[in-house]
Amino acid sequence: MFKNIAFLLFFVSQFIYSQETIKGIVTDENNQPLLGANVFWFNTAVGTTTDENGNFTIKKSPETSSLVISYIGFETQKIDVVNNTISVILKEVKTLKEVTITKTKKGTEHSLYKVQNIQVMGQKELLKAACCNLSESFSTNPSIDVNFSDAVTGNRQIKMLGLTSPYILIAEENIPSVRGASQAYGLSFVPGTWVESIQITKGAGSVINGYESISGQINYEVLKPSNDIPFFLNAYASQDERYEINTHFNNKFSDKLSSTLFLHGNTRVGKNDMNNDGFLDGPIGKQVNILNRWQYNDAENGIVSFLNVRYMNDEKQAGEMSFNPDTDRLTTNAWGSEINTEKIEISNKTGYVFPDMPYQSFGFQNSFQSHKQDSYFGLSQYDIHQKSFYSNLLFNSIINNTKNKFTTGLNFSYDDYNEFVAMNFNRDFSRIDNSVGAFFEYTYDNSDNFSLVAGARVDNHNRLGTFVTPRLHIRYNPWKEAVIRASAGRGKRAANIFAENQQLFASNRNFSILNTDGKLYGLNPEIAWNYGLSFIQKFKLVGKDVEVILDYYRTDFQNQAVVDIDASPQDVLFYNLKGNSFANSFQAEFSVDLMTHLTFKTAYKYYDVQTQFVTGQMQRALQAKHRVFGNLAYETHIKDKGQQWKFDVTYNWLGEQRLPYTQSNPVQYRLDEYAKAFGTLNAQITRTFSSTFEVYVGGENMGNYKQMNGIVQNENPFGTYFDSSMIYGPTFGAMYYAGLRFKIKDKKQNHEIEELAPVKEEAHNH
Amino acid sequence: MKRIVLLVLACIFSFTMVAQEKKSKNKKVEFKVAGNCEMCEKRIEKAAYSVKGVKSAEWHADHGDIHLIIDETKCSKEDVAKAIAAVGHDTQFTKAKDEDYDKLHGCCNYERIEK
Repeated sequence: MFKNIAFLLFFVSQFIYSQETIKGIVTDENNQPLLGANVFWFNTAVGTTTDENGNFTIKKSPETSSLVISYIGFETQKIDVVNNTISVILKEVKTLKEVTITKTKKGTEHSLYKVQNIQVMGQKELLKAACCNLSESFSTNPSIDVNFSDAVTGNRQIKMLGLTSPYILIAEENIPSVRGASQAYGLSFVPGTWVESIQITKGAGSVINGYESISGQINYEVLKPSNDIPFFLNAYASQDERYEINTHFNNKFSDKLSSTLFLHGNTRVGKNDMNNDGFLDGPIGKQVNILNRWQYNDAENGIVSFLNVRYMNDEKQAGEMSFNPDTDRLTTNAWGSEINTEKIEISNKTGYVFPDMPYQSFGFQNSFQSHKQDSYFGLSQYDIHQKSFYSNLLFNSIINNTKNKFTTGLNFSYDDYNEFVAMNFNRDFSRIDNSVGAFFEYTYDNSDNFSLVAGARVDNHNRLGTFVTPRLHIRYNPWKEAVIRASAGRGKRAANIFAENQQLFASNRNFSILNTDGKLYGLNPEIAWNYGLSFIQKFKLVGKDVEVILDYYRTDFQNQAVVDIDASPQDVLFYNLKGNSFANSFQAEFSVDLMTHLTFKTAYKYYDVQTQFVTGQMQRALQAKHRVFGNLAYETHIKDKGQQWKFDVTYNWLGEQRLPYTQSNPVQYRLDEYAKAFGTLNAQITRTFSSTFEVYVGGENMGNYKQMNGIVQNENPFGTYFDSSMIYGPTFGAMYYAGLRFKIKDKKQNHEIEELAPVKEEAHNH
Repeated sequence: MKRIVLLVLACIFSFTMVAQEKKSKNKKVEFKVAGNCEMCEKRIEKAAYSVKGVKSAEWHADHGDIHLIIDETKCSKEDVAKAIAAVGHDTQFTKAKDEDYDKLHGCCNYERIEK
């Protein structure tokens, strides 16, 4: 008998082995079988559940021998399977312990599910750049390159996919904001503390905001009065005697009406010349910037409305240390420059969501802006006054169901430019531009792993003509935690050749426009196609969260208003593209949460940006082919009263950059053919004492790298060879700063009032 | 005067009657659907969308309710419940067949609704 049983057991085990299955039983401590307990192989989706007798069978897994058994109300067990039959006794959890799950929020989020390649920079990321305005907010973001445009104005220029900011559509809450006359300095007119978040879209953007975007879109959201804190104060001071102050006053008049008054002032009084070229390293000046924002929220009736009224006045003075504007303005006593800008803006947007149809809404945006810049650079004068009106009416709804959404609408824009240039020629370029357009954008989402956005718009513009702008975006999740995105689109724009290239005024180059038959300064509209492919994979590597991002984008110009500074060091030529002009960019980004609260991010960027100039097909000057970015962020655990330390270090390495042609100059005024590679290091430490008070200190360019020959012929700025626009690196040395932030919070934090404005939702959906 | 008031009341009453009978093209409906996880969510919503007339379908794992907006001239909530039950999920109105329930992935084997 015993033998028989042994034989039978042997047989059974053989049988099980050949089937490669595991049999088992799950019971509780009282030997009662558990019905419906989950049994699955660790870290896989392969699993089963127990039957009414507590029995289960599961196929052997090639990947793991760890089996996890769980049942609600019982402690989960992980066992290593060695035998083919197992019995598991689960212990009952006496009291369900409260579990607090905490996850450190990332400063910049990369979505796996949005159709477009959008990254959202939140408050946390924005605080890493302590100073001070939007043009300085991108220093910790590898997708946007920030560099100085010239050695005189201290202006920062941003680039995306190897193309400068005019090819990026920059919008404030979806209303184009940095455009036309404000192209050069517009970003520096938005104080960083006003900004709630920034959405960066790589490649062809949505058609809703217009036809102008070519390499990408940057949209920033301003703080919403309905969920703002009653008072905020930020003060900043730096070693180069730059002082900034921001105060926000918020008042909630009722649960529907609220308002915030933003006051910003900054001044730079320090005259610094750290590279001893006789010129100020950065301009001195002052800015007053006031915004009053009103929000009306009526959630019951689905109405949200915003009204913004804004005034800004900015004065800058740059040039030689000895320059005194009162006596030396437009003389050859000393070289100097003043740039005075006044901006007035009134905008309103209203959203209406149909109460019984949350997927259907109307949006209406209107904005009036006046931007007036009076300036001179040495003996050249440049004045521009742009008065513009922009209006956008949107309608969102669905076709059959919410898997098929659409947005359609009408745009109207009107720009009255008064533009006057006096240098090697005097000319009035005043003009009126207007355009009317209609758009339709369809979004399909299979609510699982695939979505697409296909949009088109037709516009009629008095100078660009009538034209169609198509855009297409596709998203596919091939497997877990991964996404592939593809995009293609066309963009068309009117180049404002002077406003966009103001850095060239700070030189003695002669300006010439070689074409005369076009409608835009004699030139034709710029037209480009952009194609992109992007892949993101998130995974765990020995228990650490890892994110890998690969991006490839190509921009192909059909026509471009070429800005040629290579034909001769004494000239800048503008002409229509003849031949090829393209920008290829590749970016590989890797980030890992090394341990709790410690994140490391690195990126390599490759740019191949070429244009057919009169002297041949060349790499664009002042553009590094290779760039490396590294960022290390660490924060301590937040204590009860909110005390915390935060540390942040950013390293940027730029490979060699081609410098504009200077070989025909006398020897002492020649630059090398290529600028050497260099790196810069920025760091910041923040100490939070409580949830309402924190201080920060930081340093920029701590390696003290300086471009010494930033200004050619600096000893005689009225000579033939003077040029301050050939800037490839920082002209100032290391710079340290300190600041504080103070908040007064609501007694009860009304987070439930965080009703999403429909127009805002717009920004996130597309 | 009294007569007018009565007349007006009658009018309003008949009007509301009509309004009640009229089928809404954007009717909000909520009912219980049993399920556990994200996989369930995708399956449930996919099943709901497969019914003609369902404009919006959102199932919430935390409280097990499905929020629908349906065109009542094209379908009823019972139609949607049936479609969801057909893929293995018990609903407030319709119970899934055992064989459909058994086809579900291990982590989706929710606690069944007793009837």
